[in-house]
Amino acid sequence: MKVSDLVSTGEFQLITEIDADPSIKGCYIGDLLSWVMAHLEESQSWVTIQSHVNVVAVAVLNEASCVILAEGSQLDEDAKAKAEEENLPVLSSRLSAYEIAVLINRMLMKND
Amino acid sequence: MSTVNLEYKVAKEDFSKAGEASSAIKKTLKKLGVNSKIIRRVAIVTYEAEMNIVIHSFGGKIYVEIDTEKIKIIARDTGPGIPDTEKALEVGYSTATHQVRELGFGAGMGLPNIQRCSDEFSIESIVEDYTQVESTIYIQ
Repeated sequence: MKVSDLVSTGEFQLITEIDADPSIKGCYIGDLLSWVMAHLEESQSWVTIQSHVNVVAVAVLNEASCVILAEGSQLDEDAKAKAEEENLPVLSSRLSAYEIAVLINRMLMKND
Repeated sequence: MSTVNLEYKVAKEDFSKAGEASSAIKKTLKKLGVNSKIIRRVAIVTYEAEMNIVIHSFGGKIYVEIDTEKIKIIARDTGPGIPDTEKALEVGYSTATHQVRELGFGAGMGLPNIQRCSDEFSIESIVEDYTQVESTIYIQ
């Protein structure tokens, strides 16, 4: 499953303007950055309500496939610029973190 | 591979640049062909050390020494120092402000994360002077 597959569900808006369309191999939910730093795995999508520039650093260091901002959380302007510089897809959704995780799981199961 | 030395300046409260030193270190290690699991541990150590300097100190530097056997990371700041380093190493203990916590920092996991990812770890601090954290990760 790719980031573009998520966007095509209509539940997510891609905020960053980038070329990349990485694969998503799972989902991690968290807002405490040190916790996320320790547990987020490569190619997972990271669901959070944090929207500042440091989210980009954590996602890139952990090689997350994308960042998904839950419950309508909006990305800061400097974070958007940084994410585009790093080619990191950032999506926004009205759905809750739980609903996003369920949807991703459903899509991953379908792909198997 | 001969010894590679890296040095990065980290400014106090500069959240906009926070993570840049860690990203640069990670890119260098990738170029050197270091194992990805080792790179992940180094990334956690450097990121937490970098954030500690940004959040808690007057500013400092991160030094990385890479040779064929190990990667040594030294994070040194110019104060204010930690009165009780043992307490600072406890999971969940944090002196971060409310504003910083709202950004998702200050979970009290920074130093424990560094310690967990290190093969050798030490912290030294003198109040009103400096704090130095040293972490060594073996490559083999």
